[in-house]
Amino acid sequence: MGEPSLEAATENSEWTVEAIEYYDREIGRVARNYGLDCYRHQLEIITAEQMMDAYASIGMPVYYHHWSFGKHFLETENRYKRGQMGLAYEIVINSDPCIAYLMEENTSTMQALVIAHAAYGHNSFFKGNHLFRQWTSADAIIDYLIFARNYIAECEERYGIDEVERLVDACHALSNLGVDRYKRSPPLSLVKEKLRQKEREEYLQAQVNDLWRTLPRHPLTEEPETETRFPAQPEENLLYFIEKNAPLLEPWQREIVRIVRKVNQYFYPQRQTQVMNEGWACFWHYTLLNTLYDEGKLSDGFMFEFLQSHTNVVYQPAYNSPHYSGINPYALGFNLWQDLRRICENPEDEDREWFPDIAGSDWRETFQFAMTNFKDESFIAQYLSPRLMRDFRFFAVLDDDSRSKLRINAIHNEQGYRELRQKISEQYNLSNADPNLQIWNVDLHGDRSLTLRHFTHRRRGLAEVSFAALDHLAYLWGFTVRLEQQSPDGDVRLLGERKPERRRRL
Amino acid sequence: MTVRIVDRRQDSRNKSSINRSRFIRRFKGQIRKAVADAIARRGIRDLESGEKIGIPGRDISEPQFRFSRSGIRDNVHPGNDRYLPGDEVDRPLEGGSGQGRGQASKDGEGLDDFVFTLSRDEFLDIFFDELALPNLIKRQLARIEEYRRVRAGYTHTGVPTNINLIRTMRGATGRRIATGGPHAVRLRELQEELARLQALHPNGDPEIDRIETEIAVLKARMGAIPFIDSFDLRYNNRIRIPEPSTQAVMFCLMDVSGSMDESKKQMAKRFFMLLYLFLNRSYEHIEVVFIRHHTAAEEVDEENFFHSRETGGTIVSSALKLMREVIAERYSSSVWNIYGAQASDGDNWSDDSPQCRDLLSQSILPCVQYFAYIEITDGEPQNLWLEYETVRDFHADCFAMQRIAEVTDIYPVFRELFKKRLA
Repeated sequence: MGEPSLEAATENSEWTVEAIEYYDREIGRVARNYGLDCYRHQLEIITAEQMMDAYASIGMPVYYHHWSFGKHFLETENRYKRGQMGLAYEIVINSDPCIAYLMEENTSTMQALVIAHAAYGHNSFFKGNHLFRQWTSADAIIDYLIFARNYIAECEERYGIDEVERLVDACHALSNLGVDRYKRSPPLSLVKEKLRQKEREEYLQAQVNDLWRTLPRHPLTEEPETETRFPAQPEENLLYFIEKNAPLLEPWQREIVRIVRKVNQYFYPQRQTQVMNEGWACFWHYTLLNTLYDEGKLSDGFMFEFLQSHTNVVYQPAYNSPHYSGINPYALGFNLWQDLRRICENPEDEDREWFPDIAGSDWRETFQFAMTNFKDESFIAQYLSPRLMRDFRFFAVLDDDSRSKLRINAIHNEQGYRELRQKISEQYNLSNADPNLQIWNVDLHGDRSLTLRHFTHRRRGLAEVSFAALDHLAYLWGFTVRLEQQSPDGDVRLLGERKPERRRRL
Repeated sequence: MTVRIVDRRQDSRNKSSINRSRFIRRFKGQIRKAVADAIARRGIRDLESGEKIGIPGRDISEPQFRFSRSGIRDNVHPGNDRYLPGDEVDRPLEGGSGQGRGQASKDGEGLDDFVFTLSRDEFLDIFFDELALPNLIKRQLARIEEYRRVRAGYTHTGVPTNINLIRTMRGATGRRIATGGPHAVRLRELQEELARLQALHPNGDPEIDRIETEIAVLKARMGAIPFIDSFDLRYNNRIRIPEPSTQAVMFCLMDVSGSMDESKKQMAKRFFMLLYLFLNRSYEHIEVVFIRHHTAAEEVDEENFFHSRETGGTIVSSALKLMREVIAERYSSSVWNIYGAQASDGDNWSDDSPQCRDLLSQSILPCVQYFAYIEITDGEPQNLWLEYETVRDFHADCFAMQRIAEVTDIYPVFRELFKKRLA
């Protein structure tokens, strides 16, 4: 097979299919040398418009139709056309084979960057990280989305667009509270169930002492007839609860609730690992391309262009810069991984003190372990080094609305490191990002009203818009819905009550 | 193993168009209102662009359960340049404006209009939604694209009936000359040589045998050149071009007497503009005839129609007469769909109004698709209006009239005039 020459592949800024193949082969070779384990992948060339499409439909190649995606498309298009934003260079889909989109406007350098970043970086993360392994099945997602789109389209035909749209609106309103944070135990198989039941029976039988039965009952110790609560345990996954328990939903409506819930669940790991995942991908495109350059396979011009894009991506503006909008996950992630490698390869005394296990260890093994077993929150709590906190010049601010001033709680110094690290870690704890709401009770014997309880933490209340979401919950439930708030000291007060617009026919 | 590269640029274009139309469908009410506002600002010629539309952000927000800004929270920021632990700082944190904005929109409190651009077609579709021209149905059925076949040169492929013999034979001849030419030259040379040798050696010669063999070979070669080859075939090419199946002429009649002031004319302009827009959607080809009148009527161009001013009395029938003449001269009703739109402030010579009525009902209404009359006034109806009312009673299917007082009345009036009729 004729090797396309290095010159041919890299001298021109316009990409060609040959150049992409060349880059992919070389990057793949280096990646294998580093031991990256990836799904097979497929590169797809798309236009800017298609990229905006992909934005609007959370990056998936197929998705059901809904007005809100149209809204996001218009929003993106508007901002893009006015030059207020650039489009991402790539989108990568967690599927097997992994699909990486290359935008046609990219230069050939950018295509190489994207290949390294998405097709090898993200790809290996999807394959390795435990959250993705546990929650997503990469080989099935595309098929599921096709099923979802067709199913919803069919429902629209059968029950009318408005009816379906109303339902999907309601599901979207609850979507951030429609994920399982912890694995449910799998349903037992019939055989196992029987086995367990038998075990229980035998155990009980073994405990029985027939004498006890003859004791007269004491009226005081007799158990009062407690009202059985439903649900027996509070439920935090609102969509799951609705899907399984809403009395008035028809089968097709339950299925749609399930679809929204499933898709949401699929993306939950991405939200949980944004810093790690993006950092991982950035680390690898940086490392892979630099390795190729050291081998003499890339030109200086290529490297200049690549480094310019790279530094833009991992740039972190300071808190008082006009460009500041929070911590840049790319910057934090990239530096975390870079720093981790440094700790392994060139540890200093401080690192030995803070990271005795990994200082001086083999960096590839440490990386593999870290990539596989963590999410943002725990990754930061585990690996954010004092040195990195100094480099970023992090500081923690306490914002208490009962005090007139903000207070600086911790900065990047010896006394502050641990507190700072814990605070950053908490910032990436998704459980803190959404209010803690749980389905508390359903009045089964009365009016079937449902009580949703908000457990407050640090006096953080609910925004006004939550009541609009409550309307959606009432619509799904079909009966009155109450929103209560419980403070840490146990006080409960009613925040609001919503009745569904109308009873739907059974 | 080489990587699989798929070029998706050609497929699934406009994947979001369904979502986009869903969006427009859902917020039709708000968008329609915005479109109506936009139309009021537009010029009559300004039809070839889309429109930037803003609708209230609150209407289209997607609610979720969210935190308010109350309570206690910790924020970690990068880039510390001045703070020590325990420092107290005024809020908001300096330069933290970006943060503040982000928070606001997170709460869903952002009230900014959601601005986006409607394409021209979307713009007009919304504008004309639910409208249809009366009596259009029969013409609309005939509107299935008609094509005319016209000649367009020649092609290499086609059906045998379309073979063009002259072109084909010309091509074949040329090809035969081109491919056989070198052989013919050589043949002539050999034949001359042969004749010369035969004269020199009457008893034969090995050279003569050789030349005769070569001549035989050449003749065979030339014989093998096909007289006509499939390559030579030329076919007459015919293409189909769409025939404008329907054409319409729109008459704009306007009173330009002294009592019609500039604002009234502007209102009339909007009215004509809307009618023009609507016809534009329904017909391939539209002509517009502008007739203005005071005591006498004349046909003018658009510029003069709207912008010059006359004074004097008003004889409405003069315009109707002119319209009748123009129809008879140029727009036979068998070929043209004729629409009339008349705007006036209702002033007329009192003895002229019955004449108008008769003109309309006897000679104009029978040949037009529709005739719409608007009276721009806030006063009492005058004799023209009363006479027209009798016309309406007899010709309700193709005649409509409305009174408007303000610019904002135009849009509803227009809808009223052309509201979809259930058959």
